[in-house]
Amino acid sequence: MDAMSQARFAAALLDPDMGVPEEVATPENGRFAVYRNNVVAGLATALATRFPAVETIVGSEFFAAMAGVFVRRHPPRSPVMHEYGDAFPGFIETFPPAAGLTFLPDVARLEWARGVAYHAADTAPIDPGVLTRLAPDALPGLRIALHPSLAAIASDHPIRTIWAMNSGDGEATPIERWEPEEVLVVRPHEDVLVRLLPPGGAAFVAMLATDRPLGEAAAGAARPGFDLAGALALLIGTGSIVAVRTDPSSEERS
Amino acid sequence: MNRSTLAIALAGSLATALAMAAPVAAQQSDKERCFGVSMAGKNDCAAGPGTTCAGTSKVDYQGNAWKYVAKGTCTTMMTPHGPGSLTAVKRPA
Repeated sequence: MDAMSQARFAAALLDPDMGVPEEVATPENGRFAVYRNNVVAGLATALATRFPAVETIVGSEFFAAMAGVFVRRHPPRSPVMHEYGDAFPGFIETFPPAAGLTFLPDVARLEWARGVAYHAADTAPIDPGVLTRLAPDALPGLRIALHPSLAAIASDHPIRTIWAMNSGDGEATPIERWEPEEVLVVRPHEDVLVRLLPPGGAAFVAMLATDRPLGEAAAGAARPGFDLAGALALLIGTGSIVAVRTDPSSEERS
Repeated sequence: MNRSTLAIALAGSLATALAMAAPVAAQQSDKERCFGVSMAGKNDCAAGPGTTCAGTSKVDYQGNAWKYVAKGTCTTMMTPHGPGSLTAVKRPA
């Protein structure tokens, strides 16, 4: 098949309105339809495996239909299946039938972050003893390198609670306090951890991740309810910190 | 806040954080990495130089590819090339 017919073949796979490409047409055309169906169903199943809590929340029929629309609009760009679905949370946001479930895109983001963390490179967390030996003067300019598997997600909705309830951790029950939740996802050792951050924690982590110094990150994250010690304790306790770097000019500038 | 006040505030937070975080440092897992038991393309990670981990092993029971298994079960798994191993092993190519 030349490049033109390959492109036609690929497009027809995802668009039933295009009919069967002439190169593969048979008298009854049934075989292409079977293949077309298998491609979409296979990718939709891969998404269901990647976003199990989303599937539990909306039900498998709704999920299959939503995934079918997604697959046709966003076919995989890589043959590696664990890289497929990064656009799914954003797609859910624009999918009108799911508009009533305002929390759903963020739950999907949490599930995506778990998968990314699972496949991220291994790196050993820092020995907390290194942190105890830092001079106070070095702290405002301290750069903190975070684990490559780490992600922080801030949501207007209680996404960790919703995710946990729909991931086999107990029954789904009405949520009495509908409050924003910020979540840390990291895989320091064998298991992916999903932990609650204090308000502002995701902004704090995002600033550290872009190599902003500790003093600046702490000031930038400050808001009612932000707990710097709590956020640092979480990062240290989960093994999210892999290295620190002091600013050599900090002593002279103080 | 001037720089030294900030330094003292940060030092206080870090000290509190270290005290709070200490007990969590030693983490236990109910899984272990088992080398030499995964089917081609089904490994969880570490399939040697030049690969980016998961799903990259080339042959069944590849000795430098591992898969997560329930703790304590790895070395009891039998493959055509011998039992699973907690460290990378040599397998016939």
